[in-house]
Amino acid sequence: MKLVIINYGAGNIKSIQFAFNRLGHDAILSNNPEEIKAADKVIFPGVGEASSAMKMLKESGLDKLIPKLKQPVLGICLGMQLMCLHTEEGDTEGLGIFQTKVKRFSDNVKVPQMGWNVIKDLKSDLFKDIKENEYMYLVHSYYAEHCNETIAATDYEINYASALRHENFYGTQFHPEKSSVSGAKILQNFLEL
Amino acid sequence: MLTKRIIPCLDIKNGRTVKGVNFVDLRDAGDPVELAKQYADHGADELVFLDIAATLENRGTTLDMVLHVAEQVNIPFTVGGGISSVEHVDALLQCGADKVSINSSAVKRPELINELADKFGSQCVVVAIDAKKIDNEWFVHLAGGTIPTEIKLFEWAKEVEERGAGEILFTSMNHDGTKNGFANEALAKLSDELNIPIIASGGAGNVQHFIDTFEKGKSDAALAASVFHFGEIPIPELKKELKANNIEVRL
Repeated sequence: MKLVIINYGAGNIKSIQFAFNRLGHDAILSNNPEEIKAADKVIFPGVGEASSAMKMLKESGLDKLIPKLKQPVLGICLGMQLMCLHTEEGDTEGLGIFQTKVKRFSDNVKVPQMGWNVIKDLKSDLFKDIKENEYMYLVHSYYAEHCNETIAATDYEINYASALRHENFYGTQFHPEKSSVSGAKILQNFLEL
Repeated sequence: MLTKRIIPCLDIKNGRTVKGVNFVDLRDAGDPVELAKQYADHGADELVFLDIAATLENRGTTLDMVLHVAEQVNIPFTVGGGISSVEHVDALLQCGADKVSINSSAVKRPELINELADKFGSQCVVVAIDAKKIDNEWFVHLAGGTIPTEIKLFEWAKEVEERGAGEILFTSMNHDGTKNGFANEALAKLSDELNIPIIASGGAGNVQHFIDTFEKGKSDAALAASVFHFGEIPIPELKKELKANNIEVRL
């Protein structure tokens, strides 16, 4: 299986690569459109600030390529947020894959949400053998609002979409690569989609 | 619900865990990777590696260690000690560290916090603050708590937040090493005045101290070293006790 992690200058790419190594799979880091198109599975990572990440995507033309991909694509954290319509962070237009918007938590709670919280209302093969209320590691100040593409929900101040799916596109707000054994299972499930 | 975090802290020197670790079932207690894996298996929520003898010369050794930890450990970890530049942080994150912790370098040049937050995001910037209560007022100390400053804790903490830190690791020099409990009054005040997570450090001696720092100290996470390293408080039992006291933890 050819697994590509999109390398556009944003994100904890090494952690994701190592997580797949632990599952016995090599992952290639690439920003080459041909290589990404030819992959069996694509990971779209992202950590950092949304508008500068989107700028980097545009500079490399990946903003046009990603929405056209046909194989399973998994956006993680900021990657997932950039796949939505819009994010309040830097007032940034997203790739418009998921029909929802990304908003900031209010100051009624500590921001960022940092640590382990549960995912529930699981609705996808991505969560095969994952039990309801499993703990996942999250670090984020912005959240995706629910839409009919929600496949997991989490409570922090409000109930929001902690995972999304549209056809071959998947996104998780949490970091499966840092979420212990259960996170590794989700990555394994993604490889088996 | 977001859970309270338990964070073992490992002191590192030349890429090896420093003495003071006494795990019976470890083949090599000096191997940070093996120790980190064991803590992850026991339910630690995160790990902190503190390079206590960081120099320019041994930077490569530490980066190697970070790389090996990232390869094998499936929970988040922070690296601290001797970090004072954007390029050093870049190298650590490239090796797979999730967060970095800065301390004295932030006091000496507070703009470093802004630079790191802008370049890498607040989520990976932990500012560690060592402080000591003198005549009823908390003052920031540098160099592992050995050098006093005129800087007041709560003013500095506010500035750190405004400059873009994602988290504060607060160590009370009055409590560190005493095993008499965390500085809960100061911790609660930090938690009330700031809107970023606060990690309590210094003073852990028994399970009740952890319960107290989450309840009275309003801490988001608790860090400890010796009680974990010497097996005085096994993490699975600690978490069970916290749960029994209605404190949300990941079990």
